[in-house]
Amino acid sequence: MSGPRSMRTPLGRVRNLGSSHSGTTDFWRQRLTAVAMTLLIVPVIVIVLMLIGRNQAGAAQILGSLPIAIILVLFIIASTWHMRIGMQIVIEDYVHNEKLKLAGVIANNFFCIAVALASIYAILKLSSGV
Amino acid sequence: MTARIERPLSPHLQTYRVTLTMALSIVHRATGIALYFGTLLLAWWLIAAASGPGAYANVQAFTGSIIGKLIVFGYTWALLHHLVSGIRYFFWDLGYGFKANEREALTWGALIAGISLTILVWIIAYTVGGGR
Repeated sequence: MSGPRSMRTPLGRVRNLGSSHSGTTDFWRQRLTAVAMTLLIVPVIVIVLMLIGRNQAGAAQILGSLPIAIILVLFIIASTWHMRIGMQIVIEDYVHNEKLKLAGVIANNFFCIAVALASIYAILKLSSGV
Repeated sequence: MTARIERPLSPHLQTYRVTLTMALSIVHRATGIALYFGTLLLAWWLIAAASGPGAYANVQAFTGSIIGKLIVFGYTWALLHHLVSGIRYFFWDLGYGFKANEREALTWGALIAGISLTILVWIIAYTVGGGR
């Protein structure tokens, strides 16, 4: 589309995929993870409802079953990815000090990855029954 | 170094008259931020389940308290509102629902659906949970 007779303005022809250097990747992944969670939300709510009022032994047994573990791991991946992108947008919108913004984006990545790995590890531990 | 181009800026929030879609856009972002920190509760609960009866009892003591119940209720609404409000954005991303009456209907729909679904989930929770 960007041949010699392109109709794009100079502003539209941003260098290196724009200021994010990754084009619309985050925009696309935010929608992708949103669609994933829209599909997963009903089974996830059913799983949570199954666990209400049960003690640890009962909860561990349900959480350790294969289909439930897979659904929860998929939901954790989609949600932590989605929230990482969402929070980065919020930081970029409101934090205008470059260093503070960088620190915020790094902290956001660390937080989301930590939540994701801790949750997934817990489910895998329940699945292996250790 | 290139010269800084003076691009047109969107007027600030205070310049606009408050509309429903604007208010719900802010609510969408606010619920997103709340859910972000709410995942800590979810992670705590999963880790406790994997740790043992003592740790799990601590989570249950918290979620069973008045403050805990309020937080979990708020979390349920934030999650379900963000979900239905997000479905609204799918319509707009695909190019539908931009007429004044359509966007108002979508936004009212999201607001009402979010509250209704939250109440529904809690009714089911008390119905099934009460028996255990």
